[in-house]
Amino acid sequence: MTSYTSIELMAAVASHQLEDGKIVGVGTGLPMIAGLLAQKTHAPNLIIFFEAGSIAPQVPTLPISVGDSRCAHKAVAATGLAGIMETGQRGMIDYAFLGGAEVDMYGNINSTVIGDHDSPKVRLPGSGGANDFGSLSWRTIIIARHDKAKLPEKVSFITTPGYIEGPGAREKAGLPKGTGPYKVITNLALMGFDEETCRMKLISVHPGVTVDQVKENTGFDLIIPEDVSISSAPTEEELSALRQIDPDGIIIGK
Amino acid sequence: MLRKGQGELLSSCTVDEIRDWNRKHKLRGLVDKVTTVSSAVEKYVKDGTYLAIGGFGHIRISMPLIYEIVRQRVKHLRVSGHTAVHDLDVLIAGDCVDAVDVAYAFAYETRGLSKNGRRAVESGRIKCVEWTNASLSWRIKAAAMGLPFLPARNLLGSDTFEYSAAKEMECPFTGQKLVALPALMPDVSIIHVHYADKYGNCSIRGTTVKDDDLAKASKRVIVTAERIVPDTFFRDNPERTTIPYFCVDAVIEAPHGSHPGNMPHEYYFDESHIRGYLKAGANEGSLQEYLDKWVYSVKDFDEYLDLVGSKKLKELRQLEELR
Repeated sequence: MTSYTSIELMAAVASHQLEDGKIVGVGTGLPMIAGLLAQKTHAPNLIIFFEAGSIAPQVPTLPISVGDSRCAHKAVAATGLAGIMETGQRGMIDYAFLGGAEVDMYGNINSTVIGDHDSPKVRLPGSGGANDFGSLSWRTIIIARHDKAKLPEKVSFITTPGYIEGPGAREKAGLPKGTGPYKVITNLALMGFDEETCRMKLISVHPGVTVDQVKENTGFDLIIPEDVSISSAPTEEELSALRQIDPDGIIIGK
Repeated sequence: MLRKGQGELLSSCTVDEIRDWNRKHKLRGLVDKVTTVSSAVEKYVKDGTYLAIGGFGHIRISMPLIYEIVRQRVKHLRVSGHTAVHDLDVLIAGDCVDAVDVAYAFAYETRGLSKNGRRAVESGRIKCVEWTNASLSWRIKAAAMGLPFLPARNLLGSDTFEYSAAKEMECPFTGQKLVALPALMPDVSIIHVHYADKYGNCSIRGTTVKDDDLAKASKRVIVTAERIVPDTFFRDNPERTTIPYFCVDAVIEAPHGSHPGNMPHEYYFDESHIRGYLKAGANEGSLQEYLDKWVYSVKDFDEYLDLVGSKKLKELRQLEELR
């Protein structure tokens, strides 16, 4: 049996959500790895946009920043933040791939503060490009750690809106119609969103994880359908690609 | 009912103020603007200045100017944080900053959060107004266009909006709900570029991030350049000009000027330096020791580079070539 870490598993499951020939805007960290993995495996024509401005780069090795020179390596164009986000506003970005400190049942993401905004318990980085990508891209994929605190019923601060308070709320707020959270990948499971209620629902549990474990570690009432499958474990090919992308284990070794 | 964010507008400008400033203060002629880091900071960066920094937080940042602002102990800056990383963090370490328009700040991307930045916000020393990378870019673009605001479709439905100074608006043609992003005209921008001539024409390689608009939007622009080149560099290939000379007020040659940050096509991050800085940031004592060694005890950026050492600088150039 192949051995792999939970980060490697998350990266592999995340990469499976991306389609070949589509455009994805990736955030820093694990989303970056998942996008690069998809390119090296099932989606060689996946186009990556990095928010600092690079379009369709051929990233040689893991960047430290979404704006560093590795992210612009052999890109077809080097634009800027506005160039990328205006492309999203025009409806050209198919997937946004984001991380977050907290994600709630409607897929709202917090990456700004834990506690009160003006005297926070923990100050986090803020939106960066996440709110822009999550507002303007067609589908948002979210990566998070799975425990009750990180998946609460309601995030303490909506940095990036998901379905906000439920069906119709995005459109009512003025956000582009037909957009919103699509998948959530954690260290325990893959989840999606119920079309009617816009609430998070379980799709598959990772190998060795039970549905009860997922429920116990979720801070809200997760929709559990009858047919919960088991996520496919990373293949040898995927693991070797991951080790090529991040040879020093900067992200996958965490 | 149209909503508005409760955050403070840290810097505001009207369309007439933009025009009047540019009429009165921006030189039209081709004038030699080469100066030194210390005199440019002394002349333009005052206590309370609203400062914007070119590049991407730890990529293509003007460290000679940032260190000099700390060295001259400038206080009460308000800073635009469109992906602010090491640039802002060093200014915070030097206690130069009162408020930040935050898109991304107090963190180092894959390296994690900054203890120094977190302490400053969590203790209430620094006030935060929330924005996003696109919001700040579009606010800067509005000022660059000489307009009071730009409408957009981000921010809506979020707490980022609630803690911003943006307002909701209705499209006058369709009634579509939009967000209105107020123009941002920084008092001073500091931008590090690959090439500049003595008049201030600049060429940036790689992503511009938002620096073309930033130079147009700012009241004063100080440029540091890896190389000062003859103006024929631009006249022979005018498509090289990312920033035209009339936006720029001061030019300084500063090779390795983004150290310890990355400079695309030139040198990669000095990871051990950055990690050492982050470690020093664990408490105020070790952070002040860092500043003593790298900022206060050196006269200028040349002395700082001597401290870094030519062997290290060469390694960083090789690292960039290897990618």
